[in-house]
Amino acid sequence: MKLKNIVADLKIYSRNYMRSTTAIFFVFIFPLILMLLFGSIFSGSTTSAVPLYVQNLDTSGNMSNTFIETLNSTHFVDIHMIPDNVNIQAYISQHSITAALLIPANFTSDYSQGQHISLTYYNNPAVSTSSVAQQAISVTVQLFNSHFANNNQTVSVASTSVTTHAANYIDFLIPGLIGLVILTSPMFSMTYIVSSYKKDKIFRQLSLTPLTKSEWFLSKFIWYLIISALSAIMIIAVGTLLFHSTLSISLLVIPFLVVGVFMFTSLGILAGSVSRSEESASVIGNIITFPMMFLSGTFFPIAIMPSWLQSFAHVLPLFYIIDGLNSVTIYSNYSSATLDLAVSIAVAAVIFVFTVLKFSWKEQ
Amino acid sequence: MDPQHAITAENIHKSYAAIKAVNGISFIVYKGEVFSFLGPNGAGKTTTVEMLEGIRKADSGRINVLGEDPWHSAIKLRDRVGIMPQDFRFIERITPKEAIRYYCSLFGMPDKSSELLELVELSEVQDVYFQNLSGGQKQKVGICLALVNDPELVFLDEPTTGLDPKARRKIWDLIRKLKSEGRTVILTTHYLEEAQMLADRVAIMDHGRIIVEGSPADIIQKMGKGRKLIVQYTEELFRHLSEVLGLECSRSGDSLSVTVHSNRDVMDVLEFADRSRIELTSLSLKEDTLEDIFVDLVTEQEESQ
Ligand SMILES: Nc1ncnc2c1ncn2[C@@H]1O[C@H](COP(=O)(O)OP(=O)(O)OP(=O)(O)O)[C@@H](O)[C@H]1O
Ligand SMILES: [Mg+2]
Repeated sequence: MKLKNIVADLKIYSRNYMRSTTAIFFVFIFPLILMLLFGSIFSGSTTSAVPLYVQNLDTSGNMSNTFIETLNSTHFVDIHMIPDNVNIQAYISQHSITAALLIPANFTSDYSQGQHISLTYYNNPAVSTSSVAQQAISVTVQLFNSHFANNNQTVSVASTSVTTHAANYIDFLIPGLIGLVILTSPMFSMTYIVSSYKKDKIFRQLSLTPLTKSEWFLSKFIWYLIISALSAIMIIAVGTLLFHSTLSISLLVIPFLVVGVFMFTSLGILAGSVSRSEESASVIGNIITFPMMFLSGTFFPIAIMPSWLQSFAHVLPLFYIIDGLNSVTIYSNYSSATLDLAVSIAVAAVIFVFTVLKFSWKEQ
Repeated sequence: MDPQHAITAENIHKSYAAIKAVNGISFIVYKGEVFSFLGPNGAGKTTTVEMLEGIRKADSGRINVLGEDPWHSAIKLRDRVGIMPQDFRFIERITPKEAIRYYCSLFGMPDKSSELLELVELSEVQDVYFQNLSGGQKQKVGICLALVNDPELVFLDEPTTGLDPKARRKIWDLIRKLKSEGRTVILTTHYLEEAQMLADRVAIMDHGRIIVEGSPADIIQKMGKGRKLIVQYTEELFRHLSEVLGLECSRSGDSLSVTVHSNRDVMDVLEFADRSRIELTSLSLKEDTLEDIFVDLVTEQEESQ
């Protein structure tokens, strides 16, 4: 492996690349158009019911259930239960929850005895929807105090703020678009390049020089890393300046960029290698790319998809890249990000092995 | 291997599925010579050359190029061999100058782009993208890239096909220059006069076999049908020469071609014309060229199939 060869190849490849308007369009213009489009359509829209997570430790009594039903009947919140045997704070950060309510163990007995009860509301004040949940809770609390306890301030709510970050749509769209660029910039060009180099016998031509296949691969990987990083910076800049995104961008985005670009550069080469013509290469490339583009949580959270489609999303490699980017930038949920990274590395390694087996410069 | 041999090939075979492209050929190429493969389309020239270059694997037989097996030791030969393939293509939006510089840096050579571009008269289009070059200009880029690494052995597969007459002469000069520098050149061509002029030895291939091999002069001497006297056609001349004098005559259009074996035959023709008061309006003597022999040979092969 010679650095000199990698640099020489990088120079030639980048020139050829930068002279192609379609390549530039897909890396720099296309994500911007999508951001402007989706950003303006969905920004500021509020969903009708806000998710509220409830942990009920009052397992013996029925009063707490009545409380939850009342809360539910406000139609402001969409209630999800947290199992009673977990630590609520840990659960919140693990699942990137922005609003949760804790009902203490002796709710029913204290309530009937008129003892003071304190509920704990965990919320992120920065999140616009958290006040909706808060209002629903205080309405329910007032009902309980007036109807069941003769206006005594029996039930009260203590607020605890949690640091999980709330996503508005643009915050969600930015990691999605970065994932999109990580996917499409190497995938589209590598499938095309490999199949057309095969047709024009350019690999045969290169095999006659001291350049090796691994040097050639490395130069492509470095190039798409540079291109994708520039595009990501552009996406973040426009998102922040134009759409006032408040994402917490950390250096932890970089591992996902590196692994993702590596994975899709390999996959693009693999798709180009197994296809027999340029036409079939573009078909294979599209079959791989398009479902991933739309179903990996790129433009909308996969939670809104039917559950069978959600299971499908979990087999798409891009899902783990985007989920990881979301975990880092939106939720600061590092354990989930680590898991996503591990899955991505494993998938990239498997794809790379197949690519090494199938990618050949020589014909018999 | 004899140190004087650049290439030895023994009984090599290559099939593509049902097609026998190369069917058991053997030959030697000496160091410093220009060796030319001739033959009709599909004869197996490119396949043979690619096996020598180490980019195609022979089904059977032994090949030795500069002391190495080209398929297994392609890496060792890379710095010593220059290859211009028949259907040369390069990266779409790269200019000839950039392509040569790229090769120079890969081979660890100083930048020779201007020198090489000059050599094949490409300087004018040195900054035009490869995809926008004309067919002949693309081919010339291929020739330049084959010469970047200062090779001992150069393979040129149809380097002059599709070039204009002036450009062809330029390539001829280049091949002579390569030979004068002591390099060995393998030249594939469809232009017989080119092979006759440039090659020390030629191998004429057909249907995967070598049907004749040797220096152009030897082949012409051995296989040529001698000299031909060409005069205008008249019925009377034709009949007399073929029936009375027993000379081999053939008519093509307005001219009559008579195979002559000695000056006496020429005199006989002229004397008969004089006696019969036939005024000769055209008269020429011509020796068989490699092309005549090639056409005869290939036609014979086809008829015997
Ligand atoms: N990659 C291939 N796959 C299948 N058949 C092939 C392949 N390459 C060549 N052939 C066949 O092998 C035979 C010899 O081809 P080759 O290219 O060696 O001929 P050639 O003498 O170079 O012809 P030309 O003068 O047209 O260049 C032809 O019948 C051709 O169809
Ligand atoms: Mg050929």
